[in-house]
Amino acid sequence: MAEKGVKVFGMWASPMAIRVEWALRLKGVDYEYIDEDLANKSDALLRYNPVTKKVPVLVHDGKPIAESTVIVEYVDEAWKDGYPIMPADPYERAQARFWARFAEDKCNAALYPVFTTTGDTQSEVVREAQRCLKTLETALEGKKFFGGDAVGYLDLVVGWYAHWLPVVEEASGATVVTDEELPLLKAWFDRFLAIDVVRATLPDRDRLLALNKARREQLLAA
Amino acid sequence: MAGQSGELKLLGMFASPFALRAKLALSFKGLSYEYLEEKDLQNNKSELLLKSNPVHKKVPVLIHNDKPVCESMIIVQYIEEAFASVGPSLLPSDPYERAVARFWAAYIDEKLFSSWMMVFRGKTDEEKAEGTKQSFAVAATLEGALAECSKGKPFFGGDSVGYVDVALGGFVAWVHAIEKLYGLKVFDAGKTPLLAAWLERFCALEAAKAVMPEVEKLVELAKMRQAQAAAAAAAAQGN
Repeated sequence: MAEKGVKVFGMWASPMAIRVEWALRLKGVDYEYIDEDLANKSDALLRYNPVTKKVPVLVHDGKPIAESTVIVEYVDEAWKDGYPIMPADPYERAQARFWARFAEDKCNAALYPVFTTTGDTQSEVVREAQRCLKTLETALEGKKFFGGDAVGYLDLVVGWYAHWLPVVEEASGATVVTDEELPLLKAWFDRFLAIDVVRATLPDRDRLLALNKARREQLLAA
Repeated sequence: MAGQSGELKLLGMFASPFALRAKLALSFKGLSYEYLEEKDLQNNKSELLLKSNPVHKKVPVLIHNDKPVCESMIIVQYIEEAFASVGPSLLPSDPYERAVARFWAAYIDEKLFSSWMMVFRGKTDEEKAEGTKQSFAVAATLEGALAECSKGKPFFGGDSVGYVDVALGGFVAWVHAIEKLYGLKVFDAGKTPLLAAWLERFCALEAAKAVMPEVEKLVELAKMRQAQAAAAAAAAQGN
């Protein structure tokens, strides 16, 4: 009998996995969530994603898809009569994809050193990260969300910042997203976190903080 | 051109595999455009490039009715979507097959180019050897991808070229240049027979030939850059 239904292989603290969950929830799609221990990956995960062996993986009626941004576009297309995630206009779609790529490639790379440094080095990398996020912020100008009046693809891709960055800041003893430096982004954090489907599935803040503190200690000790 | 609306410009550079992807997509779709070559990307980027891609300042940039689109595969998807009624489709209509195509294009973007850069720019023999090893591993994975996507047909897209063919196709001129420079067959018929056959078939397509840069020019450019790098390293040591 053919496998039916939707499964998500993720990890509770993974920002990439959560975007898939948000997409499915916006569409009102029921799914089974499988939480992976990344140090001890399940046979199922390795079978469904032999190429990169990473989470998240979406399995829809037995067919697997990997790469979170690819999955989000798939969810939008497979349940096309549900909530519209991608913009309709080709130019706006290109813009949304451009900024998603910018955030994933540049902003994430600029943010990581904040987590792994201290003192003056950290202050420098914080400024670098702010510069990067300011560029991303231009995509928010004049809008409630990156998607316009309602959340869309780009909100789902960068939405993890709203919950994770304050935690990373606390764990790292740094502040990146402030009202002075990034007012639009900060305001968007609040609006994004107020969305029902977002609130319904955030990782526990204390647990996330403990994880980040422990990892930072490890990295600094190395 | 019948069915094509609006004015298209492409900012590119002859040796850029990413610009080549955009040219290939335009060629396969049968779209006409004005091509603008960036003559000196290293030292003197054009005003238009800086204005159209202020974030990355890189080619390719597609400008459609004065609106710029950046990033090669984003350009390819844009071409596909904005000109859906012109020429063949580069993506299948089934959402799952589209997701598979996007996955492989992302894989090519992440793994292929970076492994070759290790070979080109590796400072030590160990680095270069690691790059070579990785590029063979990537080729082996893509061999599997080709088998899966093509299902015995000539291209990743099936009977005709698709999204993944374009994603990989941007690199084919460099594949030939690498062979001339290093004697290294990236898609070796012995190790990756499907890819080797795909390479020949792809390069034989009229629409691909129309936009393919001359391999000799790429070889010349690579040699010049290597000489520049060696001179810079020698100068640095001398100081």
